[in-house]
Amino acid sequence: MSLIKKHETLERHSLALTLGILVVVAIGGIVEIAPLFYLENTIEKVEGMRPYTPLELAGRNVYIREGCYVCHSQMVRPLRDEVERYGHYSLAAESMYDHPFQWGSKRTGPDLARVGGKYSDTWHVDHLKKPQSMVPESVMPPYAFLADNTLHYETIGDHLKALRFEGVPYTDDMIESAAADLLAQADPNSDYDAQDALVARYGDASGREGTVRIADYDGNPEKVTELDALVAYLQMVGTLVDFSTYEADDLDNRR
Amino acid sequence: MGVHAWMFLGLVVVGLLALALWAGSLNGRDPFDQTVYEDTIVKFGVAISMFWGIAGFLVGLIIALQLAFPNIFYFEQLGWTNFGRLRPLHTSAVIFAFGGNVLIATSFYVVQRTCRTRLAGGMWPWFVFWGYNLFIAIAGTGYLMGVTQSKEYAEPEWYADLWLTIVWVAYLLVFLGTIWKRKEPHIYVANWFYLSFIVTIAMLHIVNNLTLPVSLTGSKSYQLFGGVQDALTQWWYGHNAVGFFLTTGFLAIMYYFIPKRVNRPVYSYRLSIVHFWSLIFIYIWAGPHHLHYTALPQWAQTLGMTFSVMLWMPSWGGMINGVMTLSGAWDRLRTDPVVRMMVVALAFYGMSTFEGPLMSVRAVNALSHYTEWGIAHVHSGSMGWVGFISFGALYCATQWLWKRPSLYSLKLVEWHFWLATIGILFYIVAMYFAGILEGLMWRAYNEYGFLEYSFVETVEAKHISYMIRALGGSLYLTGALIMAYNLVRTALGHGAAAEGARPANAPAAATLQPAE
Amino acid sequence: MYETLSKFAQTWGLGLFVLMFVVAVVYALWPSNKSKFQAAAYVPLDEGEPGDE
Repeated sequence: MSLIKKHETLERHSLALTLGILVVVAIGGIVEIAPLFYLENTIEKVEGMRPYTPLELAGRNVYIREGCYVCHSQMVRPLRDEVERYGHYSLAAESMYDHPFQWGSKRTGPDLARVGGKYSDTWHVDHLKKPQSMVPESVMPPYAFLADNTLHYETIGDHLKALRFEGVPYTDDMIESAAADLLAQADPNSDYDAQDALVARYGDASGREGTVRIADYDGNPEKVTELDALVAYLQMVGTLVDFSTYEADDLDNRR
Repeated sequence: MGVHAWMFLGLVVVGLLALALWAGSLNGRDPFDQTVYEDTIVKFGVAISMFWGIAGFLVGLIIALQLAFPNIFYFEQLGWTNFGRLRPLHTSAVIFAFGGNVLIATSFYVVQRTCRTRLAGGMWPWFVFWGYNLFIAIAGTGYLMGVTQSKEYAEPEWYADLWLTIVWVAYLLVFLGTIWKRKEPHIYVANWFYLSFIVTIAMLHIVNNLTLPVSLTGSKSYQLFGGVQDALTQWWYGHNAVGFFLTTGFLAIMYYFIPKRVNRPVYSYRLSIVHFWSLIFIYIWAGPHHLHYTALPQWAQTLGMTFSVMLWMPSWGGMINGVMTLSGAWDRLRTDPVVRMMVVALAFYGMSTFEGPLMSVRAVNALSHYTEWGIAHVHSGSMGWVGFISFGALYCATQWLWKRPSLYSLKLVEWHFWLATIGILFYIVAMYFAGILEGLMWRAYNEYGFLEYSFVETVEAKHISYMIRALGGSLYLTGALIMAYNLVRTALGHGAAAEGARPANAPAAATLQPAE
Repeated sequence: MYETLSKFAQTWGLGLFVLMFVVAVVYALWPSNKSKFQAAAYVPLDEGEPGDE
């Protein structure tokens, strides 16, 4: 009898240890992470943010798949040299529709938070195919195969749906016409009504003119490739927010 | 995902077949004889750890060479060998495949002996072992195919994560079950550290991998949290993977293998209790130091920095406790290279846990973040601390599991020790130099007030450092190959490991040395 | 909200943490625990067989 009792206390002892560990390690996470979800000043109020268009989203998924984040950050810090080298420092609002975030942790290559619009489409295509052709000292790998890979976009609507479930404001309209929007953005010679509809949908969401660009990004009109999508994504990164209306000193934007 | 589904199915079938064959060949023998320890699984663990270690170091060397010689080591036709896909393969192979298997194997070894009872759960430890390695295989092949959720050190997609969750719960229950049926009243402190590693990793893994698959037949999923919330969750996870996978797990090894090897109790058991609670409490807060000057609210950054600086104390408390365990047996540093390896591991631990708090100070971080300094820091911690303490444990475990009087060759351990030490030094000196150099170049201004260097000039400036780094990595890999050879010969009972050979480093031998 | 939280963290929260630390230290240094810890420290050294007390 006494032996059983002793055994019981031992069991409780190790369970107590396990629970103790759990409590001690849970505190820090709860105190640090939970407030970010309900403190109103975590994310600034800005103008111009909109969800990714289907083509940009597909390009972002190529960016993720190839592991670009291991060498390129997307987070300009508010330090003098970084702002001069890359552009306006990054805001939390700029990645609020990013599932997952792509801030990165290492700059083996330069930061890409403001790369959108910095170079021409052709430069990106040539650079991605063979980086050393544009930047001889570069240590970046070649991505020529992206130009051959046909983009699989048939299920892109489901991707938008999953993101809407997580809080990204895609409308029913956007989800229904996702595949059509994707094709329209990659081909300037496509049906003009489809192009106008795309621009209307995402332009309205942004509240700004000129945030949706239509182009044959990879210069190959034959088909829509992964390179089309990736360049479309790279060309819009960091271009959405209208910084002429952003007031850093506004109390709402102090963090 | 199709490939993975078939792989999974195939391996399950193979596993069941093997199980049936094994059960058929038992002939009435009790496979779970409670009067002996379950050592076969630990032997498997030692072997597979060595295998994954070499694989992980090799991939590391390859990606180091890619950065040093991009024109030679990138192949336009083989996009899946590009740096972006191989780096997660390297980090996961060394952390989770090598480190994880070392932790599982040694935890099974230690918990049985310190609880004086056989592993609980019958076949379940084997499920944990094979299940974990299946997870590794799915994760690793996934990276090559471009299946990744892009969260550093948590790249595997949702189905691999679900599988790991099941395996991990089984691991926790096996470990706790063994503690429950222990014959020793006190739970030895190494088991506390193992337990905190298992429990905390479970929590971190689940929260950081909350994700919504696009469809149940596809691999792609979208992280539940986005933007700044996702970033903090990720680095809360990322930092504590360092804290609870690469630190508390390997401290458990220190608290068992060093006392056992030098045949002395730990320097201060009281200190180990304070060490344990303060370490796990403080560690969990330090994550935000990975996000200094980012769009993360400043109060969170400050909190992370404060706790990071405080972390220095318990870390050094643990290091001192480990090193001082040798007091009265300092000669073992000279006579036993395995002991020396584990003590040098503690020296590297002390170095990186001093450097970590330093780098978490915002002003220092402004320079060090995003540069090779971070790479140097993590490698002095991983190659020096995690690597060396693991090597020490594997040397010990091989000798003890196969019941050999000594290792096959202590001379080869010497070779391993020196090759690896010099390799680490080459590696970290090159990367510290490169990191500080590029950090300073990024912020350099010329006399007219413009930025002095373009980005690519800083890339060019690191070329020589990249070559020295690759050299250091190849020395480290060579050391590991020598070790693997030594372990195999030890297990086979060759050389000094032969039955009846004069024990070269048995604890008794040390006391038999002639007086000066 | 933020003010209330940070005020709580900087007073009661801090006090609670200090208290937890003191409890751990007192437990470790409590004289009657000494022999228990002494015995525990020797656990790895005498390996024995399964079932040995």
